[in-house]
Amino acid sequence: MQTAVSQTSPPKKSFLYDPKVRGAFYQVVLVAAIIFLFYIAATNAIDNLQRAKIASGFGFLNNTAGFDISQTLIRFSAAGGTYGDAFIVGLLNTLVVSAIGIFFTTFLGFLIGIARLSKNWMVAKVAMVYVETLRNIPLLVQLLFWYIAVLGALPQPRNSLEMGAGFYLNARGLFMARPLWGTNIGLLVAALVIGLVGTFIYRRWAKQQQEQTGRQYPVGKVTLALVLGLPILTWIILALIGANPITFELPRKGTFNLTGGMQVLPEFVALLLGLVTYTAAFIAEVVRAGILAVSKGQTEAAGSLGLTPGQTLRLVVIPQAMRVIIPPLTSQYLNLTKNSSLAVAIGYPDLVQVFMGTVLNQTGQAIEVVVITMGVYLTISLLTSFIMNVYNRRVAIVER
Amino acid sequence: MKKALVSIAFGLTASLLATGASAQATLNSVKQKGFLTCGSNTGLAGFGQPDAQGNWTGLDVDLCRAIAAAIFDDPTKVRYIPLAAKDRFTALQSGEVDVLSRNSTATMSRDTQLGLDFPAINYFDGQGFMVRKKLGVSSAKEMNGASICTQQGTTTELNLADYFRANNMKYEVVAFATSDETFKAYDAGRCDAFTTDASGLYAERLRASAPDDHIVLPEIISKEPLGPAVRHGDNNWGDIVRWTHMAMLNAEELGVTKANVDQMKTSDNPEIKRLLGTEGKFGEAVGLTNDWAVRIIKHVGNYGESFEKNVGEGSRLKIKRGQNALWTKGGLQYGIPVR
Repeated sequence: MQTAVSQTSPPKKSFLYDPKVRGAFYQVVLVAAIIFLFYIAATNAIDNLQRAKIASGFGFLNNTAGFDISQTLIRFSAAGGTYGDAFIVGLLNTLVVSAIGIFFTTFLGFLIGIARLSKNWMVAKVAMVYVETLRNIPLLVQLLFWYIAVLGALPQPRNSLEMGAGFYLNARGLFMARPLWGTNIGLLVAALVIGLVGTFIYRRWAKQQQEQTGRQYPVGKVTLALVLGLPILTWIILALIGANPITFELPRKGTFNLTGGMQVLPEFVALLLGLVTYTAAFIAEVVRAGILAVSKGQTEAAGSLGLTPGQTLRLVVIPQAMRVIIPPLTSQYLNLTKNSSLAVAIGYPDLVQVFMGTVLNQTGQAIEVVVITMGVYLTISLLTSFIMNVYNRRVAIVER
Repeated sequence: MKKALVSIAFGLTASLLATGASAQATLNSVKQKGFLTCGSNTGLAGFGQPDAQGNWTGLDVDLCRAIAAAIFDDPTKVRYIPLAAKDRFTALQSGEVDVLSRNSTATMSRDTQLGLDFPAINYFDGQGFMVRKKLGVSSAKEMNGASICTQQGTTTELNLADYFRANNMKYEVVAFATSDETFKAYDAGRCDAFTTDASGLYAERLRASAPDDHIVLPEIISKEPLGPAVRHGDNNWGDIVRWTHMAMLNAEELGVTKANVDQMKTSDNPEIKRLLGTEGKFGEAVGLTNDWAVRIIKHVGNYGESFEKNVGEGSRLKIKRGQNALWTKGGLQYGIPVR
């Protein structure tokens, strides 16, 4: 009965009833409301802080800190360091444990992930037990285990374990010789650079040869000889002619601690061990899933072409598995970085321990300190994601 | 997502507004709640620690019990919130606790920049060091190159840096978040020395695996006036906390004890009469009842009684009154007159 209506030309839509305009209007209102709420929250917080006579603003970063930190990668002392410097010390400590942790956990995770798929029953089961145990115990408990039960049981400095070559181990950490660069260090660096450049040229040449003639050259051995052998040879020659470029300062026993040399804090070691072994269990599962995602036909085809199992894994399976592995691997890297804040439980001076612990308490400026810390973790995580996304785009299947 | 943002923004605003309002009248909010929230130590023998039955005891705890007694005539109307050193001031600023009675040092920056007030000093202390006997160290001046365990976010951490700098000595600091973690690390051999307020050293030594293997070095390297803290801005609440401590001091000076407080009400001594509220209206002026001091002394006792029971001869700590004796006996504790 109503058909007649629909046949007339569509009525001229009022501006108010245009769904696009309405949509845009609501979006703008919502954004404005959110901005307004944050503005109210911020001004209200500032008002309340002023009324309660609590200092606010970021000026405190330039004030003298007055406390010391056990591990500092930049020069920092209670006398001259500011809260801003303490922030940088904490940030660098977080970055260093995260970067080293990511490196080792990737290595260990791949090893265990591949081991879980081993045809050797024993190897596969050991890897399985590793994964199931470590990923099902809370990380905090594992950190305390490493710190209190394992490293805490080491002897006192006066009875340090001597491990030879200037290495000592005790309850205060791992002590080792500190290299002191001599005047001829330039020659050694030059040898290393020549080695690296030589390797690069040789590798390109070997690849070209293989593509043209099919002949394979011993790339690995030559790389090793050039990168390690050449500098070592230079060093030996220099040492023989009495112009040693590197001398070592050995740790000596002092009244309380070993003095001189380099020290790796037990807090650092415990945190690193905990993060690496825990995250590796997750990475192992990611790697296993990635490898299983590569169809069996690929392995069989590689086998029929005469590739050895090792070559099959390296050249056929892993490159294809990487496409599946990278995205979840990224989130494991992020987890490791964020979990490094558990350092607070074992006294490793990371960002949270130093900045949200001591600095927050000494200055009382909770809001500023927490906002900065959150901003830092957000930035680190977004940067890691960005780098991994770029890598992911490179290994992803290019649709043609 | 947007919904979440809006609700977060609302939550943020609401919480900030709430903090602003509660800073006004702490006494009213305590009366309304029906109990006092007291920020206490996570466990420091003699000062603030729950016993096996979960009852909190200690000198700092007694102050909270005394405040509750003055307000409610019932010292059990206290809820204790154990706080680590690094969390304590934030908890007070944000209104999570009404009073912080947790062996906290009064300093100028805490008073002026952290939005706090220290209405009284209930224990005069100083920072010291504890070492193992077998190290053969007899003075803090011999500690060059030592590793030292300390708690984060304390004046201790700052004094330590000052002391070693002033004496031109090197040291390795190992800082932990809680006193428990700090002492455990020292006991396990992570550090050569453990440093905190002298009272804390005696208290913590009791927890060592072999207390007799440790000695406290003679040097006291700082002034640590420990006392309760309240939020800046609510002066009436600060007055209540101050006068609770003063009532306990005056009671000791005048010889009013837990046992004899009822007889003392009939005393002719005008000072006792004013303290116990039989003369004048001093309690009402501060927002309490006129028998406020009677309530405190009856339930908790005077300062001397509290001291002896918790940290003095009647306790395992056996700390001498020393600086904490009344001014009449050569100490620093001086009760402002009720008049």
